[in-house]
Amino acid sequence: MKSNRKLILQLCGATVGMFLFGFALVPLYDVFCDITGLNGKLELVAKKNTGVIDTSRAIKVQFIANTNENMPWDFVAKDVEMTVHPGENARADFFVQNLTNEQMVGQAIVSVSPSIGAKYFHKTQCFCFDRQVLNGKQAQEVSVLFSLDTDLPDRVKKITLSYTFFDITDLQPVAAN
Amino acid sequence: MTSAVGHHHGPATGITRWLFTTNHKDIGSMYLIFSLLMFFIGGSMALVIRMELVEPGLQVVQPEFFNQMTTMHGLIMVFGAVMPAFVGLANWMVPLMIGAPDMALPRLNNFSFWLLPFAFFMLLSTLVMDGGAPDFGWTFYAPLSTTYAPPSVTFFIFAIHLAGVSSILGAINVIVTIMNMRAPTMSYMKMPLFVWTWLITAFLLVAVMPVLAGTVTMMLTDIHFGTSFFDAGGGGDPVLFQHLFWFFGHPEVYIMILPAFGIISQIVPTFSRKPLFGYASMVYATSSIALLSFTVWAHHMFTVGIPLVGELFFMYATMLISVPTGVKVFNWVATMFRGSMTFETPMLFAIAFIVLFTIGGFSGLMLAISPADFQYHDTYFVVAHFHYVLVPGAVFSIMAAAYYWMPKWTGNMYDEYLGKCHFWCSFVGLNLTFFPMHFVGLAGMPRRIPDYSIQFADFNLVSSLGGFLFGFSQLIFVLVVVKCVKGGKKAEAVVWEGAEGLEWQVPSPAPYHTFETPPEVK
Ligand code: HEM
Ligand SMILES: [Cu+2]
Repeated sequence: MKSNRKLILQLCGATVGMFLFGFALVPLYDVFCDITGLNGKLELVAKKNTGVIDTSRAIKVQFIANTNENMPWDFVAKDVEMTVHPGENARADFFVQNLTNEQMVGQAIVSVSPSIGAKYFHKTQCFCFDRQVLNGKQAQEVSVLFSLDTDLPDRVKKITLSYTFFDITDLQPVAAN
Repeated sequence: MTSAVGHHHGPATGITRWLFTTNHKDIGSMYLIFSLLMFFIGGSMALVIRMELVEPGLQVVQPEFFNQMTTMHGLIMVFGAVMPAFVGLANWMVPLMIGAPDMALPRLNNFSFWLLPFAFFMLLSTLVMDGGAPDFGWTFYAPLSTTYAPPSVTFFIFAIHLAGVSSILGAINVIVTIMNMRAPTMSYMKMPLFVWTWLITAFLLVAVMPVLAGTVTMMLTDIHFGTSFFDAGGGGDPVLFQHLFWFFGHPEVYIMILPAFGIISQIVPTFSRKPLFGYASMVYATSSIALLSFTVWAHHMFTVGIPLVGELFFMYATMLISVPTGVKVFNWVATMFRGSMTFETPMLFAIAFIVLFTIGGFSGLMLAISPADFQYHDTYFVVAHFHYVLVPGAVFSIMAAAYYWMPKWTGNMYDEYLGKCHFWCSFVGLNLTFFPMHFVGLAGMPRRIPDYSIQFADFNLVSSLGGFLFGFSQLIFVLVVVKCVKGGKKAEAVVWEGAEGLEWQVPSPAPYHTFETPPEVK
């Protein structure tokens, strides 16, 4: 039957199409999150500051430092909490140490809460932009330079940044994402 | 296509009949028997769960094994029992209801069936493997199912692949059959609703099973080939897993309920001796449910931290789905209204479906309210919700269909007395099992936990007793089926007084080959 064959081919095409669509969703979700700033993911590029400082508001910024499961690094936030005005330049310091005797590569991934804050959190410089290579037992001080956007919505009074160090020694160099 | 050339022989004899058959009735029977077997295997696992939960504390099984039981119970019931049962019903009834001699692709049909025993043998064999069976829940969230999974996860992935291929091929077969093989005078809007709902279900299957296949493929490469789809350390995202899974998962729950809607729409008019109220609106309601089902997946993810607009969108979209669902319930009730109703076993199951499924719909609405869901999520309230839509929903509809068409399949009437016993025991058993889960859920009892706080003890005991009643009363069904196959009062062609449709034009039992010349449709 000719018409059967056509319909079958169309349906097989739809099946393959949906299989690929499943994979297409991976970048699509990321694109969607990028555009909307959802998911608390920060854009990992340095931003220029405009210079205007809004002294009428003071925002609490908190830092949380974690290591991923079984990552043998010591990672602590030296500045746990600070108060900044939108537009003002600020700096937060962290301490990180490789507790093993081997050289390791770590990558810090940041997540912002509330997620709406992600769009208004500008980093001029951050250790999370690069992979950190630490020799055995090496300790290091790392920091992030940042400012808050003056457009930060009024209802946001407190922003929490959570950094997690992942062990990527065995992985291919990954594009920071 | 032997029948088209005009071979008029009966079935082959012996085991080869079943291995090589391309006959839709044989294949339908095999699907149904397979799903019944899976229903009992999955059911035994549920009884292990209920046994452990009889009282607080750990007594019967280790927590690790408990987790394997909840996982395997869910997977087997969804992919091994409910879905194949509907495919079996489609195989048996769709050709008979549209006046076609067989399914459009008979050999493919045989292949789709025989994939299933392999898939589930593989899945069940994980129970005896090192590290045990999958233990990450039937929703297999990453990283539980990737980084922390037992080694048997690879077998799980291939089992899902096989079952998925089987469903997709089955769905393609159903679509081609319905679109191309209807009796010439049967227009789309004359098709019985069971055929309509299956057509729409088949499209859903083609749309989402491949996404599931993609998702488990990503798991596979994450586990074995160093990709990081779901691993934040490599730039991936575990929440992505949930998006992908539920993009499949929510349409999947409709895959398990739309054919049930079709069955109920066949049975209620028969035993009310009235035509179905609002046929066209049923078709449109089913289609809109299917379309909307793609827009609500994140109602399973209200607590992962989606932004406010997302919460609102998915909340309202979810609530919107209950509108066409409500239309259906209304139509069934309106069909019964002032009908001259009788209450044979299929009708009892159908009425129980309408009442109890609606309860499940209401608890669904409660869960859809996203601020409230923060309280309900991952508690027994969710367990109560989906068991109300799946047990007295999907399972009861399958039971109703089995009783309704069994005389047509076997040529014998089933034992009405035993049928009613089966119904009432199941009805009481399932309500005892699942209703108390609403209460413990609202009080905060988490799901998938082998031990619980003492305050939940009484309700859990009731649930467990009900569970055993429900489980063992399914043995009555086996007895009914065996007796009916062996003999009994001979069934007439039109088994039920008020029954309409082509399937009643063929004698009972339905001959091996039917409708070799297309029938006339009124
Ligand atoms: C009125 C229609 C329905 C609504 C509004 C609804 C809503 C919901 C919501 C909001 C959840 C997520 C709860 C949570 O995890 O916190 C849920 C879970 C679920 N629903 Fe429904 N639902 C409806 C109908 C159905 C139907 C017809 C089925 C299947 C036949 C179904 C099966 C399920 C399942 C299996 C889950 C739980 C999945 C899991 O986490 O294991 N629902 N439902
Ligand atoms: Cu859902």
